Amino acid sequence: MTPLGPYATFIVTSYVLVAAVVGALIIWVIADYRRQTARLHDLEASGVTRRSGRSATERS
Amino acid sequence: MTALAALIRRDVRVALRVGGGALIGVLFFLTVVVLMPFAVGPDLALLKKLGPAILWLGALLASLLTLDRLFMADLEDGSLDLILMSRTPLELACVAKALAHWLVAGLPLIVATPALGLLLNLDGAATGAVALTLLAGTPALTFTGMIGAALAVTLRRGGLLLAVLVLPLSIPVLIFGVAASQAAATGPLSFGTPFSILCALSLASLVIGPFAAAASLRQGLD
Amino acid sequence: MTLIELANPSRFLALASRVLPWLVAATVIVLAIGLYQSATAPDDYQQGATVKIMFIHVPNAWLSMFVWAVMSVSALGTLVWRHPLADVAQKAAAPIGAAFTFLALVTGSLWGRPMWGTYWEWDARLTSVLILFLMYLGLMALWRAVDDPSRAARAAAVLTLVGAINIPIIKFSVDWWNTLHQGESVFRMGGPTLDRAFLIPLMVMAVGFTLLFVTLHIAAMRNEILRRRIRSLQMLQAGKPRTAA
Repeated sequence: MTPLGPYATFIVTSYVLVAAVVGALIIWVIADYRRQTARLHDLEASGVTRRSGRSATERS
Repeated sequence: MTALAALIRRDVRVALRVGGGALIGVLFFLTVVVLMPFAVGPDLALLKKLGPAILWLGALLASLLTLDRLFMADLEDGSLDLILMSRTPLELACVAKALAHWLVAGLPLIVATPALGLLLNLDGAATGAVALTLLAGTPALTFTGMIGAALAVTLRRGGLLLAVLVLPLSIPVLIFGVAASQAAATGPLSFGTPFSILCALSLASLVIGPFAAAASLRQGLD
Repeated sequence: MTLIELANPSRFLALASRVLPWLVAATVIVLAIGLYQSATAPDDYQQGATVKIMFIHVPNAWLSMFVWAVMSVSALGTLVWRHPLADVAQKAAAPIGAAFTFLALVTGSLWGRPMWGTYWEWDARLTSVLILFLMYLGLMALWRAVDDPSRAARAAAVLTLVGAINIPIIKFSVDWWNTLHQGESVFRMGGPTLDRAFLIPLMVMAVGFTLLFVTLHIAAMRNEILRRRIRSLQMLQAGKPRTAA
């Protein structure tokens, strides 16, 4: 790795920022998936079924 | 053609009647321009420099705020359904409505410009240039704003949402409008280039606006 | 698997869970290679090490426009072909596109500070990206303002297409406006004259970020489909007569 020179803080900041925002996006997508599947399971456990009768999380 | 003329005549008459609120736009324009010296100070030289920009911003905001009601009033009294069902193409009906709106809300702004130019210490040539660019540019504002008005009526949401959606689309009109009037007032640049681009923007929005507005009305209200 | 077959949300879910692990692996590998290459890339004779910001700035700027193009195709799918997944695709893309546009702006600004001496220069490219960012936020505001997804989808589709027509016009106007006001010429990227030592890492990073977007987009679409199922199940539940229990 070459030394980053006088503007190292700008370079590091921009890389860290990109990593943070991309990380936030990934966490948001995963957390959202968990939340939606949990709610679907709750709804199915309480006896609501889709009109087709199939499970909503089923992956046929 | 008679149906469209009737639509224009009706819209103009409704807007000029009590409760139509056609002249509120001019009043708003006047108020915004009067507010500006309080913000930047009563320095006449500075006001002369900023004058075209202030007038253009005021006109942009005024024409945007009056657009809110373009389709909403028709939705409330049911005439929008009649327009949708009639045999006249919806795109043409949209053009007619926008024209009527421009006649009652856009033209008064241009008429008021010379008086406001005096307040901002603009000389005759500069005021004339601003009025001319407004005459060429406000139709573009009306036609792009009409898209926002059609979206607002299908969503039953108006006001701020409409402004947020439409303002970025009106940036080109603002750029070329102010550039042309400043070129005429002070700049070494020619007036013709930005002015013809401004006219081109107006013509392009005359094509895009009615189609987008009609599409969103058709999709949203069925 | 044709586009018509994909129209079935269940089939899309099945495909998504089969494809996603591979996409994640590909994204991680390509981004790792790209990061290694950009870390070992030589310094620019003019800009020194700050050229490294380019390797993340340019892919984000590319994605900010690419995502709008994806949304425009989805908008056509909503309005013209009435493809049932098109509005899901469009809604899922908007926040991701906004995030990449934000990153393009911030990295551009951080790159500009050493080059121009200010964080913000009313440079034509930065200004156009800023306007694009505002349009992404407006689109997201539109999605949030309406609770009925299909109504919001059609309005958002019209707005996306109008934006797609307007973005080149805005870009042109801002370029024109900028040359009018810019006294001295600011530093500009070399474009196609870019050296191979920079071009290859840049390409790898661009591919990596595009893969990242595709992965995130498919995952977000899956979430959106599940969200809509929950919505319809809840409506079913609310509509059913309560039995004593």
